[in-house]
Amino acid sequence: MSATDTQAGANSLRSGPDGRGRFGIFGGRFVAETLMPLILELDAAYKAAQADPEFRRELDYYLKDYVGRPSPLWFARRMTEELGGAKIYMKREELNHTGSHKLNNVMGQILLARRMGRTRIVAETGAGQHGVATATVCALFGMKCAIYMGATDVERQKPNVFRMRLLGAEVVPVTAGAGTLKDAMNEAMRDWVTNVHDTYFLVGTVAGPHPYPQMVRDFQSVIGVETKEQIVAAEGRLPDAIVAAIGGGSNAMGIFHPFLDDPQVRLIGVEAAGCGLDSGRTAASIERGTPGVLHGNRTYLLQDTDGQVTEAHSISAGLDYPGVGPEHSWLNDIGRAEYVGATDQDALDAFQLCTRTEGIIPALESAHAIAYAARIAPDMPKDAIVVVNISGRGDKDIFTVAEHLGVKL
Amino acid sequence: MSRIARRFATLRQQGRGALIPYVEACDPDYDTALAILRGMPAAGADLIEVGVPFSDPSADGPTIQKAARRGLKAGSSMKRVLEMVAAFRKDDDETPIILMGYTNPIGAYGPERFCADARAAGVDGLIVVDLPPEEADLLSAPAAQAGLDIIRLVAPTTPDDRLPVVFNGASGFVYYVSITGVTGTRTASTDELAQALPRLRRATDLPIAIGFGIRTPELAANAVRVADAAVVASALLNTLESTLDDAGRATDQTVPRVLAQLRTLADAVHAVRK
Repeated sequence: MSATDTQAGANSLRSGPDGRGRFGIFGGRFVAETLMPLILELDAAYKAAQADPEFRRELDYYLKDYVGRPSPLWFARRMTEELGGAKIYMKREELNHTGSHKLNNVMGQILLARRMGRTRIVAETGAGQHGVATATVCALFGMKCAIYMGATDVERQKPNVFRMRLLGAEVVPVTAGAGTLKDAMNEAMRDWVTNVHDTYFLVGTVAGPHPYPQMVRDFQSVIGVETKEQIVAAEGRLPDAIVAAIGGGSNAMGIFHPFLDDPQVRLIGVEAAGCGLDSGRTAASIERGTPGVLHGNRTYLLQDTDGQVTEAHSISAGLDYPGVGPEHSWLNDIGRAEYVGATDQDALDAFQLCTRTEGIIPALESAHAIAYAARIAPDMPKDAIVVVNISGRGDKDIFTVAEHLGVKL
Repeated sequence: MSRIARRFATLRQQGRGALIPYVEACDPDYDTALAILRGMPAAGADLIEVGVPFSDPSADGPTIQKAARRGLKAGSSMKRVLEMVAAFRKDDDETPIILMGYTNPIGAYGPERFCADARAAGVDGLIVVDLPPEEADLLSAPAAQAGLDIIRLVAPTTPDDRLPVVFNGASGFVYYVSITGVTGTRTASTDELAQALPRLRRATDLPIAIGFGIRTPELAANAVRVADAAVVASALLNTLESTLDDAGRATDQTVPRVLAQLRTLADAVHAVRK
C-alpha cells in the first residue's frame, strides 16, 4: 500500500461507519425528530460533495493557501536527547492558521455549508480553538456566526473569547451545568433546532450524530495522510507509535485513521486524567466511563448508574468533556488503539518540557500527548520512532499555566 | 385496548379534545410532584406526561431544564420516577401516564428491564425525545412485549415522504412538535397548525396531540380545534417555579396554584365541541 493510499478495502478498519452511522455498537443518530431530516440532508450533501472533484479542489486550495498546509513533521532532537530513548517527531498542527488542527475540519464544513445554501453558523467550543477557527471562516466567507461557550470556559480562555468577538462572532456564555463544553454543546443544539431554516451546526469534533463523526474524521485525516508521507520520507518506514490527545478526539482520529490498517503502528490516545483517573475529577471517558447516549451518539460517557452524565474535569478546557468520539470507543473495544491518561500535573510538566527543549509552546491539550510520549520514549530503543500530534499552540494557555506555577502576570 | 387508546376512544365519543399536562418527577421534591400528579385528573387532565429528569435535556428550553435540575437535586432517578407512577396508580386506574425523557437513562436502566418495570408501575406510553425511528429498535421489541405505546414525535421539518417512516411502529397517539425550537419558547400560529394537521391526518389514523409553546387556555383551545389533544408543560412549570421559596422548596401555594392553572386550561379545552 502506498503512503497516500486512502482507499479502504473490505477487511479494512477504515471502512466505517456502517449505513446507520455506527462503529460497532457506537455512533448512530440519537437526535430529536426536528433535526433528523437535517441530519439526513447533511449526509446526502456530504456524500455528493465527496463525489465532486470540484469540492476537493476547492478544499485543497483553501487548505494550502489559507490554512497553510502541509504542516511540517519536526524531529524533536533536544527532547529526544533529553528523554534518551525513541526518536520523537512532532506533527506541527499548531502552525496552522488560527493555531490548531481545528481549521482543517472547519474549512471542509464551511464549504459544505455554503454548498447547502446555509447563511448562519452555530458551533460549540471548549478551549475556544474550534470557536476561533469557526469565527475565522465565517469572517472569510461573510457568514453570521454564533459560538456557544460554557461560562467557566469563557472565564479561563479570555484571549480566545476576544479573538472570536474581533472576528465578528457572537459569543454566547452558557451558564447551565458546570458551564463547560458539554453544556455549550447542548445549547448549540438548541440554537440549531430553533433556527433550522438557515443555520448549519458546525461540530468541532468527531462526535455528534452521524455523519458528523465520519465527516470530521475525514476532514482531519489530512493530518495522518501527511504524517505517513513525511515519516516515510524522513525515516523510510512507518513510526512505531503515534500519540495524540483525546477530548472529543478529532486530532487523534485525524492522525490515526490513515494508519488503522498498519498494525505495526501503535495508536495511543491520551485522555485527560484530570486530578487522576480514580480521583473522581477526570475527563477520561474511555478509561472511566461506560457506554451511553449523549449529543446524538452512543459512546463511552462519564455517567452515574442512573444514566445522568457527570461533569468532566481537566486543566485543559478542550479536553473537559464527559464523552468521546464513537470511533474511538470502537477502536478501544476492538483493541486497535490504546487509551491512556495523563493528569493535569503531567500536562503542566510536559508543557514546560516541550517549551524548554524545542522552543514550541504547546496547547495544554497537546501537552497531554507529549506527557505520555515522554513517559514511554525512554524505555524504547533509540531507533524507535514516536510521532506526537502537536494539535495546537499554547499561547491561549499561558494564563492558566502561570496561575498553576504561582506566577502573577 | 391500551389505556391511551381507551381514553381517546371515550373522548371521541364525547366529542371532546384532551388536555395533557406535564409534571416533572421529583420537582421540586418527590411528595410535591406526587401530590400534583394525584390532583391532575380531578383538575381536568385527560392524560398525563411525567417528565424523567435528565442531566442534558438538549431539546428543552430553560423552563424544563430548570425543572429537571430541581428534580435531580431532589434525588430523582428512574427508580423514583417509577415509584411515583406506581403510587399514583393505587388511586387511579384510568388516566393514562406517558413518560417523557431521553434515551440515556433508559439505556442505563436497561431497555428490557425498564419496559417491564414501567409497565408494572402503571406506565402506558413512552416519548423518548432523542430516539428517532432510525434508532427505535432500541426500545421497540421490549416496549411491544410490555404493552407500552411508543409515541412518535413529528416536526414541521418532517417532510411528507418521511411521515410513513415516523408512523411505522407508532401507537397510542402522535405528538406534533408544532414549532422548530425547544420547549416553552415560540408558539405556532393558528395558520401554521391549520396547514400542518391535514398533512398528518393523511398519514395516520392515530390521535394527534400538539405540544411546544401552548401556554394559555386560548392556545390550548385552538390546538384541540384542529388536533385531538394539547400538551401543556412549561406554562405549568413556570407557575410551579413562581411558588417556590428562596431555597427552591415547595410552599403551601405550589400544589393548589399549579392545579388551579390546570383547571382553567382544561375548562378551555373541554369547552371546545368536536
